[in-house]
Amino acid sequence: MKLLRDLVPGQSARLAHIGGDRSFRRRLMEMGFLPGTVVRLVRRVDIADLLELEIRGSRISLRRSEAGSLFLETEG
Amino acid sequence: MTSSSAPGMRKSLRRPLVVLAGNPNTGKTTVFNRLTGSDAKVANYPGVTVERHTATIELSSGVVADVLDVPGSYSLSAHSREEELAIQTIAGLAPFEVPDLVVVVADATQLSRNLYMSLQILELGVPLVLAVNMADMLEARGEVLDLDAMRRELGIPVVSTAALHGRGLDELRKEIEATLNDPGRARPGGRWKSEDPALDKDLRAVVDALPAEWNSGDSGRARALAIWSLLSLEEKDELDAVPSGVRAAVASVREQAAKTGRQVDLEIIRSRYAWIDARMPAFVKRREVRPDGSPARKSSTDRVDGVLLHPVAGFAIFLLLMGIVFQSLFSWADPAIRAVEGLFAWLGSVSKTWLPDGIVDEFVEGGLIAGVGSVVVFLPQILLLFLFIGFMEDSGYMARVAFLMDRIMRAMGLHGRAFVPMLSGYACAVPAILATRTMERQRDRTLTMMVIPLMTCSARLPVYTLIIGTLFPPSRVFGFLPVQGLLMIGMYLFSTLTALLAAMVLSKTLFKGPAVPLILELPPYRMPHVPSVVRMMWLRTRSFLESAGTVILVCTVVLWALLSFPRSTGQTARFDSDRAAVEASGASAADRAERIAAIDRAEDSERLRSSYGGRLGRAIEPAIEPLGFDWKIGIGLIGAFAAREVFVSTMGVVYGVGDETDEESATLREKIRAETHADGRPVYTPLAGLSLMIFFALACQCMSTLAAVRRETKTWRWPIFLFVYMSVLAWLASFVVYQGGRWLGFS
Repeated sequence: MKLLRDLVPGQSARLAHIGGDRSFRRRLMEMGFLPGTVVRLVRRVDIADLLELEIRGSRISLRRSEAGSLFLETEG
Repeated sequence: MTSSSAPGMRKSLRRPLVVLAGNPNTGKTTVFNRLTGSDAKVANYPGVTVERHTATIELSSGVVADVLDVPGSYSLSAHSREEELAIQTIAGLAPFEVPDLVVVVADATQLSRNLYMSLQILELGVPLVLAVNMADMLEARGEVLDLDAMRRELGIPVVSTAALHGRGLDELRKEIEATLNDPGRARPGGRWKSEDPALDKDLRAVVDALPAEWNSGDSGRARALAIWSLLSLEEKDELDAVPSGVRAAVASVREQAAKTGRQVDLEIIRSRYAWIDARMPAFVKRREVRPDGSPARKSSTDRVDGVLLHPVAGFAIFLLLMGIVFQSLFSWADPAIRAVEGLFAWLGSVSKTWLPDGIVDEFVEGGLIAGVGSVVVFLPQILLLFLFIGFMEDSGYMARVAFLMDRIMRAMGLHGRAFVPMLSGYACAVPAILATRTMERQRDRTLTMMVIPLMTCSARLPVYTLIIGTLFPPSRVFGFLPVQGLLMIGMYLFSTLTALLAAMVLSKTLFKGPAVPLILELPPYRMPHVPSVVRMMWLRTRSFLESAGTVILVCTVVLWALLSFPRSTGQTARFDSDRAAVEASGASAADRAERIAAIDRAEDSERLRSSYGGRLGRAIEPAIEPLGFDWKIGIGLIGAFAAREVFVSTMGVVYGVGDETDEESATLREKIRAETHADGRPVYTPLAGLSLMIFFALACQCMSTLAAVRRETKTWRWPIFLFVYMSVLAWLASFVVYQGGRWLGFS
């Protein structure tokens, strides 16, 4: 499966699976990160180890090293 | 969820209670400030260091209701004590009372996520009024809200507001009033309900385990609290107040679910979002034609972030902004600080002329007025820092600070937002400690508070200036680097490195905990509501004055007494007769005045040396002798506890130079250079001076800092820890410097 953190800035895709530690997963899901939801990678700041995502009209930042458990649907 | 009623919590026979809830960055605080009267208060929740904002609202019928603004959060689910407050205040679990009405402030541009929390509150059966804020921003995007559809589907009153511009607040007020009179209109009666048979069975098992207070005959509420428990409880959470029976029931349900491959969290959360997502097209409608007919363009936030989050430009601008904040605390606040000091010095002299000479006069001048002065003197810096923080938070820039500094600060075990408080620590630790409130987790706040006092604050400068100027030659290294300037820079570097090192060590030992993954919202940039920022600045400052101020005042008075008592009448009589002799002599008036002033100074010096503080200075001499200090410096160290710069004037009194001495005083410098031990060796060598500076850099010689930490952590444990660890560190470092220096052959 494709990883969210491998998206190219500007690209969007649907979330397939949210993994990771339970409280991290729960926080993300409650902020609307659910299977089937569209996310767009807005920018990557590698020296800060951060990703900026757009989801449900809001901008959420995750550490790139911690976003390894978010998987995307592979489209056709 | 303690059984006893906490202080400050009201009991029965009360005014109606309106709770204001919502996601962070929805303009909730602006709504709070716009709705409520002038009696707003910032305090802390019992037992935790979370700000509690309360005020009252007067409705048109003359009814007055209490308003409680709960901290912004994305959900009622909780993991930490801080997050638990949301469910406690909204569900009204003891010691909090059940609110009569909850107002959810939602951001129109992020409606689905904001509605998620509203559904959680609806599940509890609390009457709810929804204020969809920032409706103007949504319209600017070419979208409109269908309030009727929302009212119909949610079954509650919905108003649209633009709190920044004061729009929609009258309607909100009317809905609040109407709902307080008739709560039924804001209870949807189960329009939203999760209907999953498997989940229903799980929930029944948890409902049966709920304590009586949670399960008070209202099946909807019990069910909602069961869902909350299922989502929130974990093996390693901080929710100590949850009964063990509930914990056991949740654990067994989760275990069963795991066996069949079900994901309970996902089921609960997805069913809420599915309900919302199905209705979003009805709630928010896109206009056929955009107002300007243009295609969607990049938002202004995107363009600004392109610069402010840029790996190079972003950091440069951030450092520039921080430079301005630092400069303002360091120098712009200075005239105000001097004015405060001048005012209290004047008040002291006025009291002197009005009160007869004697103990009352000395107490009023040296204890009371100086004590109040030492609290008020913090006002300029605290107000300024809170003003900056208010603008940074309200504009959305604070989230960018966390973004930019996350990696660097994380390497030291600190939160990205710890940067602003730590930088402020270079000016003064007291406002810096108050600024740790911008971090959500107690662990991050306390850790930051434990290292801030190591930063070189401005009160250490007079001490360094005195020592460097007195003991080190104004010569240059390599012909161009001034020794004195290098030493000063060296002290700054030393304190910065020590603080970072201390953070690393503390975060890996005392503050060790699981790494918390970062989930950081970057809200759109918005114009701050200036009256709200100014009001919060004042409320926060006032709450500091009330709580830390009293501790500082008491400490100043105690310290004054230590350094003024006991006094022997024999001593006073001796100096009085000396003075009488001078008066009787035939010398000129000017000459007489000068000699009397010298006798006064000698008397002050004598009195200080024989005071309790003076005796304490002698008593601690064996402990500080290995650091190269004598008992006179010991007295100075005790005096410096009021504030580090007091060391200079205390030394002035000890050496009979007078208490209006400053660090540039040539007389004091000569006295210090001439001071010798009993065997004729000079007391103040460059090595002893260095040892003394190291001691000042590391020791927690500041009762106001300790009072501020006590105020923020609500316990004496942390200020005591801070004092002990910094004192031990200071002693050890000075010992190593002095004894090591001697061993290497320096004197």
